[in-house]
Amino acid sequence: MSFQPVKFYQTGTFTVGNRLLPPEERSVQAQTKRFNSINSGHRACQGCGEALGARYAVDAAMEAANGQLICANATGCLEVFSTPYPETSWQVPWIHSLFGNTAAVATGIAAALKVKQLKGERRDIRVVAQGGDGGTTDIGFGCLSGMFERNDDVLYICYDNGGYMNTGIQRSSATPPAARTATTLAVGDEPGNLFGQGKFVPAIAMAHEIPYVATATVADLRDLEAKVRRAMAIRGARYLHILVPCPLGWGTASHETIRIARLAKETGIFPVFEAEHGELKSVLAIRRPLPVEDYLKPQKRYAHLFAPKARLEVIARLQQLADRNIRRYGLLEGN
Amino acid sequence: MLKQIEGSRAVAEAVALCRPEVICAYPISPQTHIVEALGEFVKDGTLAPCEFINVESEFAAMSVAIGSSAAGARTYTATASQGLLFMAEAVYNASGLGLPIVMTVANRAIGAPINIWNDHSDALSQRDSGWLQIFAETNQEALDLHIQAFRLAEELSLPIMVCMDGFILTHAYERVDMPTQAQVDAYLPKYEPRQVLDPAEPVSIGAMVGPEAFMEVRYLAHAKQMEALKLIPGYAAEFREVFGRDSGGLTHTYKADDAETMVVAMGSLLGTIKDVIDEMRAAGHKIGVLGITLFRPFPIAQVREALHGAQRVVVLEKSLAVGLGGILATNVRMALSALPIDVYTVVAGIGGRPITMRSLHALFREAERDDIDPVTFLDLNHDVVDKQLARERSTRRSGPAAEAILRDIGVVAAKVAQEVR
Repeated sequence: MSFQPVKFYQTGTFTVGNRLLPPEERSVQAQTKRFNSINSGHRACQGCGEALGARYAVDAAMEAANGQLICANATGCLEVFSTPYPETSWQVPWIHSLFGNTAAVATGIAAALKVKQLKGERRDIRVVAQGGDGGTTDIGFGCLSGMFERNDDVLYICYDNGGYMNTGIQRSSATPPAARTATTLAVGDEPGNLFGQGKFVPAIAMAHEIPYVATATVADLRDLEAKVRRAMAIRGARYLHILVPCPLGWGTASHETIRIARLAKETGIFPVFEAEHGELKSVLAIRRPLPVEDYLKPQKRYAHLFAPKARLEVIARLQQLADRNIRRYGLLEGN
Repeated sequence: MLKQIEGSRAVAEAVALCRPEVICAYPISPQTHIVEALGEFVKDGTLAPCEFINVESEFAAMSVAIGSSAAGARTYTATASQGLLFMAEAVYNASGLGLPIVMTVANRAIGAPINIWNDHSDALSQRDSGWLQIFAETNQEALDLHIQAFRLAEELSLPIMVCMDGFILTHAYERVDMPTQAQVDAYLPKYEPRQVLDPAEPVSIGAMVGPEAFMEVRYLAHAKQMEALKLIPGYAAEFREVFGRDSGGLTHTYKADDAETMVVAMGSLLGTIKDVIDEMRAAGHKIGVLGITLFRPFPIAQVREALHGAQRVVVLEKSLAVGLGGILATNVRMALSALPIDVYTVVAGIGGRPITMRSLHALFREAERDDIDPVTFLDLNHDVVDKQLARERSTRRSGPAAEAILRDIGVVAAKVAQEVR
């Protein structure tokens, strides 16, 4: 591809020009020789954030591993839309075992590869495990924590769309407060999901003091790729938590996925950062602070906060959570 | 080499001779000594290269084994009881994916009430999981069966449970003949997986399969298990050639010629039964025994052949199909379809209740007179049960049953001492 220095930003959009960069700094997806680890033709919904995030993440991991990569996948949307045989999208060796055991399966693969490499039977091959928020923060949490604690040589990627979308949009422990799901309907005195204590797994991963923890969204795909690359340069347990809007579950337009992800970051609802050995290392700063309403309004799962009457006190509580993120992670300053 | 060692240690040494590449372990009695020993061999470098992974649950143990086996490594784990149930979802997954994992099940009861002692409820609860299941009678057989298990599992691409009675075998010090590394290497070829996760030849494993192919995939698992029935006798014969002793196989009979009464059992209980039969034969009773080594696939033809000449069959089993009677007995009945033979189910020794020669003498004599119930509970304390039933009839809030029964029985140690006297 020829190198054409052109304008970096397109005014009025969130698009970042790739062609401005020298070829070696361009994104993996911009390369004609990208791996296409998840081939086109799969059955994800239009505008699926998870399909987008997985495509970028796995291709970046493939590049970092020189094509020597094995993926383990939890049950869930990604698994279902990518595989009904004989139509697999996966161009990498790929295994799906169960809903709740992906981190452990990846540990097993990594252990086998280590022995095989010691015996001189196989090259250095890397392992990526991936699952949705249900398979990660709920049913697969025990295996995930075990993998972290032993510091097994696995990069675990969670695609967080805030619920069990594959089974019909039920609540998970990653479902945000007040959001409507099929099991937290917008009815009664306190419609939508409860305000619990929250379960932000990146922070729990940091508490395991593993070598690398990062969050990302599908709005900043270059940032996502860079984090995968950084994670792949490290050995041991690594965790990447990617916010992936779900048009079906969130009630958003298919073409809005990236904008919604951007708003999650810009409002402070979802902090984007990196941590090493339990310590915060960098954050992706909020460029233009926005109130949480801007993030909530376009999503039908929050419609009950605005009509028939505005639930200002609930919106204020959500704003408090965003403000806490901004304060806690220093999202306005950045570093 | 002859050694006087604990059963668990013997199994661990035999497993180590099979050169496993990944071992995962989670503690549960009574299998713990096996993985403790293997952990020692890996840590001190005796067994290398091998990865020993201390996982956080049995569910993780089987899941690590799935990943490791799918990546082409020879993989071993061990469990028992609650542990086997906790990993059950992954147990079915391992066989569904066709991964030749070898797992020792140190047979133990399933709670509630919690009970660490031996019976076969754990392994038999997984009888339809698609795993091959073999039961060891002695510690020698337990260690021999593990060597055969790797060969069989890897040939068929099916996982296998080697079942050995918890405590009775795992914790018993017995003399065993430990094979040499050269013997095991001569018997057990290098593992060549049928499917492997390999960037050089990427495959998708574990894809969703719909109604158009699910039945065919499941039938294939059944067909492969049936193939084991043909392979095992050959492997046992080859084992004899290399190691110079009989071990394994499908079934074994003892003093079965002209037997009018045939006893059927699995595991270490066979030793006690054989002693009783020796004494009864000496006293002129026409009684023999059929030991079942291979429980899955169930050797229907061999069981039918061994039992068809008997007048009655007494299935002595350490398991209970609640609401039906026996599990082993149900399988034996299927093998005897349409034959005019009475099959008695005797539930014995569950939760570690001692099965004494005295009780067996009485039981077999009653059976010879056809004077036992179709489903009999050996040495059941009817008084205690009746008392509890009466209590439940008279009082709505009768409280937790197990605790009430224990209270009625009194000091447990004294009771056990009285039982074994």
